[in-house]
Amino acid sequence: MLDFLTWLAGTSWSVALRESLYVWPFVESTHVLSLGLFAGTAAMLDLRLLGLALTRVPVTALTGRLLPWTRAGFAIMVATGLLLLFSNPVRYYHNIFFRIKVVVLIIAGLNVWLFHSRVHRRVADWDLNPVAPRSARTAAIVSLVAWAVVVVAGRLIAYNWFDCDIQPQPDLINWAASCVVPAE
Amino acid sequence: MLAFFEWCESTLIGVAVRESLWLFPMIEAVHLLGLSLLGGVLLVVDLRMLGLGLKAQSIAELARQTRPWLVASVLAMVATGVPLFLSEAVKCYYNTSFWVKISTLPVALLYTFLVRQRIAADPGLVTSARSRLTAIGSLALWFTVAAAGRWIGFS
Repeated sequence: MLDFLTWLAGTSWSVALRESLYVWPFVESTHVLSLGLFAGTAAMLDLRLLGLALTRVPVTALTGRLLPWTRAGFAIMVATGLLLLFSNPVRYYHNIFFRIKVVVLIIAGLNVWLFHSRVHRRVADWDLNPVAPRSARTAAIVSLVAWAVVVVAGRLIAYNWFDCDIQPQPDLINWAASCVVPAE
Repeated sequence: MLAFFEWCESTLIGVAVRESLWLFPMIEAVHLLGLSLLGGVLLVVDLRMLGLGLKAQSIAELARQTRPWLVASVLAMVATGVPLFLSEAVKCYYNTSFWVKISTLPVALLYTFLVRQRIAADPGLVTSARSRLTAIGSLALWFTVAAAGRWIGFS
């Protein structure tokens, strides 16, 4: 894995993106601004399920007509996110916040899958209820918390507090970031 | 003017945020969460005014139902944005992106609460040139605020 990422980091496209004056900030800005489209519209659905917003709008109106926009936002997030990863793969591989983000992304993804494969299947029973049943509310809370952690961890990737070249660090940090620390 | 920005940096909050390792990143992260929410709240109504998204609901109904979250997310943005600014006010003074953001922001706020919300509150408003223009104005203004805001950190 690390060998592949090291090779990737050495490719001319990766170097060009990493060192570019305007392209990298442009990609990063697109990644950040797309949060409004992706996380914002996802949060509106979560708040609707919790009975905290748009309570007079049927849940299926949101999952049918707003979710395509959430998906479009997610596609932009993934495309720009992969480009950012590609621009500096070795650093992100060893970045503890990046690792936290990936783990929580998987949890958030599983939650999306569970919601659509189980909870949302019976939406006809509670489509018009101002507050969705407990299973849907649980999915909404997991979604809000997980995506918030993803956003916060994502933002913190920029900080080098726990980077491998900043030593000494607690053993736990070095283990979690797969840092190879030379013996004193 | 510069003296005012220097004073901002010397305030208790400005000094505390600047001298802490964690405060600036954490407040900034919450600022981003606020951006996400604000974006979602604005898009629900703006997309509808463009004839997209929640088309089965009336514009007035969506505007009314999202209003508390619009106010909450704007308040969250201001509450986190002010300490971020105070911590690096002098840097902002010399930063073009900051001036773009801070001059567009009042326009966006006035437009949203005085123009857009009033137009959207009309129960008879359907997708039309009027609603589309209103939505485009909203999206353009807030896009400028957000993009210039992000660019403060790059320039």
